[in-house]
This record gives sequence, C-alpha cells and structure tokens, in this order.
Amino acid sequence: MDTTMYNPFVMPFAFGVVILFLNLIISFVTWLYNLSKTQRKQVGRHIISWRTLAAIWECLRECLLHRNIFKRNPVLGYMHCSLAFGWSLLIIVGKFEASTYSGSFFTNPWLAIFFRYFEDPSRIFPHKELFTFLMDFLLAVVLSGLLLAVIKRFYSRLMGLKKATRHTPSDRIALISLWCIFPLRLVAESLVAGYRNNGGFLTQSLGNLLAPFNLPIDPIWWAYSIALCLFFIFMPFTRYMHIFTEILLIFLRKWGVVEEDKKTGYTDVELAACSRCGICIDVCPLNTAAKINDTQSVYFIRDIRDNVISHRIINDCLLCNRCVEACPVGIKSTKIRQIYREKKSFENKQYYDYLNPAATGSTTSGNKSPKVLYFAGCMSHLTPGIIDSMKKIFKAAGEDFVFVDEDKNICCGRPLRQQGFLDQANTLMAKNVQLFNSYNAEILVTSCPICYNSFKTEYKDLNIKVMHHTQYINMLIEEGRLQVNHSDKTFAYHDPCEISREENRIFEEPRNILRAAGTLLPLTNEKADALCCGSSLGNTVLSTEQIEDIRNQAMDVLTKDNPDYIVTSCPLCKKTFKKGLRNGPEVKDIAEIIIMG
Amino acid sequence: MEKFDIIIIGGGPAGLNAAMRLSNMNYKTLVLEKEKVIGGKLNQWDKLFPDFTPAIDVLKYLTENIKQENTQISTSTSVTKIDKSDNLWKVTDSNNNEYLADAVLITTGFDVFDARRKEEYGYGIYPCVITSVDLEKMLETGTINFPIETSDRRRRIAFIQCVGSRDEKSGNHFCSRNCCICAVKQAIEVKEVVPDSDVYCFYMDLRMFGQHYEELYRRSQQEFNVNFVRGRVSEIAPTFDNRVVLKAEDTLLSRPVKMTFDLVVLMVGMNPSEGTKTLSSLLDINDEYGYVVSQDEHVADNLTNKAGVFVAGTCKRQLTVPETMKDADSAAIEIANFLNRR
Repeated sequence: MDTTMYNPFVMPFAFGVVILFLNLIISFVTWLYNLSKTQRKQVGRHIISWRTLAAIWECLRECLLHRNIFKRNPVLGYMHCSLAFGWSLLIIVGKFEASTYSGSFFTNPWLAIFFRYFEDPSRIFPHKELFTFLMDFLLAVVLSGLLLAVIKRFYSRLMGLKKATRHTPSDRIALISLWCIFPLRLVAESLVAGYRNNGGFLTQSLGNLLAPFNLPIDPIWWAYSIALCLFFIFMPFTRYMHIFTEILLIFLRKWGVVEEDKKTGYTDVELAACSRCGICIDVCPLNTAAKINDTQSVYFIRDIRDNVISHRIINDCLLCNRCVEACPVGIKSTKIRQIYREKKSFENKQYYDYLNPAATGSTTSGNKSPKVLYFAGCMSHLTPGIIDSMKKIFKAAGEDFVFVDEDKNICCGRPLRQQGFLDQANTLMAKNVQLFNSYNAEILVTSCPICYNSFKTEYKDLNIKVMHHTQYINMLIEEGRLQVNHSDKTFAYHDPCEISREENRIFEEPRNILRAAGTLLPLTNEKADALCCGSSLGNTVLSTEQIEDIRNQAMDVLTKDNPDYIVTSCPLCKKTFKKGLRNGPEVKDIAEIIIMG
Repeated sequence: MEKFDIIIIGGGPAGLNAAMRLSNMNYKTLVLEKEKVIGGKLNQWDKLFPDFTPAIDVLKYLTENIKQENTQISTSTSVTKIDKSDNLWKVTDSNNNEYLADAVLITTGFDVFDARRKEEYGYGIYPCVITSVDLEKMLETGTINFPIETSDRRRRIAFIQCVGSRDEKSGNHFCSRNCCICAVKQAIEVKEVVPDSDVYCFYMDLRMFGQHYEELYRRSQQEFNVNFVRGRVSEIAPTFDNRVVLKAEDTLLSRPVKMTFDLVVLMVGMNPSEGTKTLSSLLDINDEYGYVVSQDEHVADNLTNKAGVFVAGTCKRQLTVPETMKDADSAAIEIANFLNRR
C-alpha cells in the first residue's frame, strides 16, 4: 500500500460506507424476498427485456435529474437535481480523477473522496487542470443546492410549498450531517489548497484567504469524514433511504409489479421510497379546505416507518388520489392506506345476521341476452333523477338494455374494499361477476364512477366491456343515435375523483357531451387537478363540518364564473353539491342535462 | 314620506296579530306583505292541530279585529332596504316607496324545506311522492288524488317524518317541532277521507310536547289504526306499476322494511323564509341558518340588538301557530312600551 495515500481519518468514512452497504443489502434482499408470488413472476418475466433499459433511463431522469419535480417548481427541481446529480457526478468525476492520478482504476476507495489531501501537487497527470476545475464546479453546484435546501427549511413558500414536512430525531442527525458534508469538504480542500496550491477556482480562492491564519488541516478532514460516516449510518433509518430505494422502485414498477390487496415487499419498497418532499401536503383537500394537516400521505408513510401509525391517520383520507397524482416518485399511497385498513373480522357482523342472504338482490336472472346492461349502483339509487334520465336516454337511442339492479342489486364492493373489508367485498364481487356474465351482454354501463372504477380495476373475470355513462352517451352521440340540442346554457363540469386520476381518466367524453349541449366554462382546477367534493366513501372519520369545508372549496371553483348549471357525472358528487346550494346554479348529472335539452 | 308608529314586515299570523293588538292601542300601523293576500302560511293550511280548527277562522278573527282606521296594509310588497335615519327607521319597499317609523317588527316567518334537496325521496320525480303542504291542499278539497288509479286494492299511504329537520346531512340540525303532531293530524284526516286504507308513519321519535298532542296520537292509533314505524327511510324507488317502494329499517324490530305505497307524504321541515334571511342579514342579526336572533331568549325575546327593531314568530325559530300568536302578543306589549317611552 502506498503509505502516502493513507491517514487514520479515512476510517470513519470507510466504516460508514461498509455499514451503509450492509444495511442496503439486507433491506433490498428482505424486500425482494417478501414479494408475492405474482410479483416475483412479473420480475422474472420482464427482467430481461426493454423494460430494464426503460427503467435505467427513468432512473437517470427521475433519481438524478428529478424531472417531475422540475415540472412542478423549477427552484425545487434545481435543488433536488443539484444535490443528486451534482453529488453523483462529484463521485464519478472524482473517481476518474483519482484513477488517472494513480494510474489504476482499482485504487484505494477513499482516494477519490479525500483526493486533494493525498494529491502530490508536483505530480503531473492527464487533464489535471480540467479535473480540478470540474471538481470545484461540481462542488459549487452541490453547495448551491444545499443553500436552497437550507432556505427551504425556513422559507418553504419559495419552492411553491406551503408546508415543509416535520422531522424525527434520526432525520435531524442525518440532515445536519448532510448539510455539513459539503461545507466541510469545501473548507478542507481549501485549507490544503492554501498550503499546496492544488485548488481550483473555488477552493484555491478560499484557500488563499484562509492561508494567513495557519489553520491545522487534519481536524477539518476528520470532521468531513465523520460527517460522511454519520450520514451513511443514519441514512437507512431516515427519509434519505429514498435515494437508493427509488431506484429499486423504478425497476420493479417497470417490470410490472403492482401493489396488491395485502402487504408485500413491494409495499415496503414504496414506503421507503418516499422522499418526504411534502408535495402531497399542498394538494390534499383535507389540508387546503379542512385544516387537517397531520394525515397526508407523507405523514402516513412516516408514521408507518416509525411504527407509530394510528387508526385516525390510516382512515382520515378521502382516497381522492390527488396526492398520488402529484407524487414525484409515483407512490400509490392510497392503495397502501387500503392495505392498512384491512379488517380481519367484521366488527358489526352480529347486527346484520338477521339479513336474509336471498333478499339481497337478484343474482340469477340471465335468460335473455341484451346488448347493454345498466348498473345504477347504490348511489344512483339515492339520486333517482339520474336513473330516470338514463332510462330516457336508452329509450331515445332505441337501446336493447336490461336494468340489472332495478330491484336494488348488491353493492359493487368498492366502499367495503376502501374500508378494508376485503373478504366481504370479494364475496359481493363474485356474485356480481356471476350475474353480469350470465347475460352475455356486450356493454356494462354504469352511472356511478365508484362502480365503474371497481368494475374496471378490481373485477378480474368480467367478460363484458365496462363503460361509464359519459362514455356511453358520448358514443351514442357520435354514432348519431342520440340527438343533443345546443342551448345557450353555461356549464361548469366537476370531474369526479374516481374517473379523473390514475389509470381511469375520463376527461374528453363528458366535455364533448357538454360542448354539444351548451357552453362549457374553463375552471382553475379540472381534469386530474379537480378537487374532491368531500363526500368520499373512502373517509368515514370526517365530521359534517369538515366535509362541508371541503365541498365549499370545490364549489368555489365551480361557481366562480356563475354557470347556469354545475354538472357532474357522479351521483355522490351531485348529492353533495346539491346539499350545499341555496341560491345558485342548479346541480345536474350529465344524463339529466341531455334529457333536459 | 309617510311616518308610522310601527311598520310590521310580514302579514302572516304573527304580523297580523301584532297589528291587531297595536292598532287597537291606537298606534298608527303599516303592514307590508310580499304576497298578493295577507295571512301567510294560514292560507296554505286547511285545519290546525291539535283541535282541527280551520285555519281560515284564525285569519278571519285577526282581520276582523284589526282597527282599520289605524292600520294600512300593503300587499305584493317586499322590503329591499332598511336603515336608521336619525331616531327613526326608514324602510324602502320593492316599489321604491319609503316609509318612516319609530319601530319595526319583523314577522317574516318560515318557508318549508325544499324536498327536492333530498333526492333519494324522489320528490318532483315520482308523482306518488308529495309534501305535507301538497296534502293539505288536497284535504282542503276533501279528496285525496292518488296518481295511480285502482279500484280493487286497499290504498297504502306513508308519512315520512323529519324531512329536512334533525338532519345533519341537509344542514338542518334543528327539530321543526310541528311535523310530528301535524302528521298525526293529517293521518287522521286521510283515514277520514279514505277509510279503506292503511296509513304508516315512519319516525325517529315522536315529540308530542303540546297540550292534547299525546291524546291525539293515542286516538290516531286506537280509533284510526294509524301504524307508527320507528326508523328513518333510506330511499324511495318506483315500482313497475308506477307506485313507489320505500326502504327503511324498523329499528324496534331490528328488521329491514320494504313496502309499496300509493302515496308518500314528506313532512317537510321549517326553514327561515327568503324574506327572513334577507332582513336578518341586512340588519346583521342573523344566525347560521338565517334566522333572526333575539336579544335574549329568556327575558328579551322580542327585542333585537338593534334598538327599535322587534321580532316575533317563526322568523326567529320553529313555533306552532298558538305559540306564534302568543309571541306576537308579547311583541306588541314590548313595542307599546317602547313607543310610550318616546
């Protein structure tokens, strides 16, 4: 070993790195081991395919450049990019510099990290000046990002964030050591440069300033190494674990792994991939309208990781998916919430024992084969105006249809699923599948986005095309089977959560219909950015007052330009808005608008 | 600009009773009524509980006993502006007439809850679903019009209590106080008109607080066979023959109930009227529903926080007709005292 390339201060760093990698290996192996059978199959099927290349590309884009955060706010994006991309380049360029210097790629691993200390300034190696400049430049970039991070801690509004996340003690140690690493590196390298004149534009200038004070060099390098060590040791127990986990998450996701009904290793990966950026806090209607600011995805995930998760935090969520839509890492936190809501026993079972199973809707009448099945769902049954209009639409289009739950069929199962009653939901789903398939119909039309989402994403063995009534009505209009009269009325359209986020995005069909029927007003929050009406079946812990606050927030958006009608395509949203209106525009379902014109 | 001792806004039972008392005490009184005729909700009701007094008799008594030479009544007139001018109140009406008065009495009353807001009951969608106000109009004519004709079947009629009252979801937390006994009265009347029928009343709990209410409730069961079912109705849906099927839970039997009816009567609750909401907010004396807030419910219930502005009747809270009359009496005394001090 070249003795000039060793000093005891490298030991904390080396120790930290070893601990870090041991930790990472244990975590990654545990997570992968805990994947479900189907998830492992997915990985096996796609590991050798273009998906892996796509994952690498996405890692570069998201983990290093943080494109999604850039899109949201350029300053916040620059902060993440300069820290992540800057630091990794610092490591890579530093490694090249050290290898070029020593003439071997397999040199002491710490040489790159502490290069300026061990460098003999008299030794000449290729591109020496370029390396020196690059390393200083990268350090400057990282420091600028760090400066922004410090500012963000105290003035989060600068980054477009109204709230910054709160920290745990281990977070704080990791954060402080992270903040110290680069300033210490700057001072350490500058001190060396002051004595040996081997610095770049940044370190040499600072070095020259510090030189007259004759400061000792070694203690600063010790501090630098210890800061690295502390960060590496605490990192796996803090939010910074996301740095490595996100890479694994991107690969697993590209390979087709999805969150399942029960907890798997993939759930742990998603939980650990949360960077606690806090973007979900600002988009959450509970925060913006009802002043509830301890239950958002970031806190939910943090509390699970810290093992202090409470019943209320798990349940106080509208499952509106606005946070999932905004999450730069793409964590399906609402799905994880449903996993944590799972109830092993039906607490209220005794109260329903008297119910006669035979009385819960018909499930066997399938002797004719209509073209269309209409499923109104429980909520449409509470808003009979919608059912009435749908019947008239079917009649006007001359459709061959069966109203499959006319006599109040069983529920689609989604409300139970959202509350964690998986077995009960599955029983209902199986009955429904049996019923729908028995008709041999072509299309299943539902006027409820909750049922639609359920049929579309949770029903696996359904041999029928599922359509939301907006899609179906739009199809009728396009086929010329339904005439819509254009009126001079103005509409504000409310996108229901269940069909405006994640994989179910029904935006154009309702808008086409409304443009045909009148004038559609633009809104400040629409499509994937639409606000929740507040009455979500996903949240059973909100008080009426809180629901009203959330509803009013959504209504403010809708009534801003004084439309003649607030139009929605969800019976639940319709009911909610109707309750909130005294003297204002009327609230109508899109089917009612068609019938009215 | 004409000057009065007192301007009464609202010509229903409270306003007319106060006008009667004050005009007989020789105060120069003006009554402003937004409708074409005076009488307010007395015009919408056939008979009053609990003793089946015709509402028209009450109205007749009031109009006959108002001292004409002291009273001016202006119908089809609503108030658009009210403000203090020196020591007097200046009231501007919808015809841009301006009046001055020493005191103003607000008796703008209530409106019934708009049953269409509870869409699950299908009011305005199914012809079989009507409100208690609609039923009262039928009772006035002496016949019950069932939307679906039949000759061979016993008729079934349901009353649903607390539509828009004690209902957190519709935003009305309060009890409307009149509906429980009113349904009992109407159920008896329906049985008198259609003896060959079954009448069911779905309730949360029955609040028979007034004199003779409990007796009437007992009579409705013993003499008229009215059935009372404890449980809120969750939804109403049409049947193949255009009647309606009602879903509820009988909470005494712990059993779900599904029944078909020829007629469903929604006992709509009481909300502050539009006039009440406008005036209470113009004067900044409104509560969260838009009711007028009196100065002190216990000792100054006819006064408001605005000197010279008085209040009586159902623009303040939910009251029965006799309670409204007595409230107007006490308002007249408060006003007379106020005017005498001037």
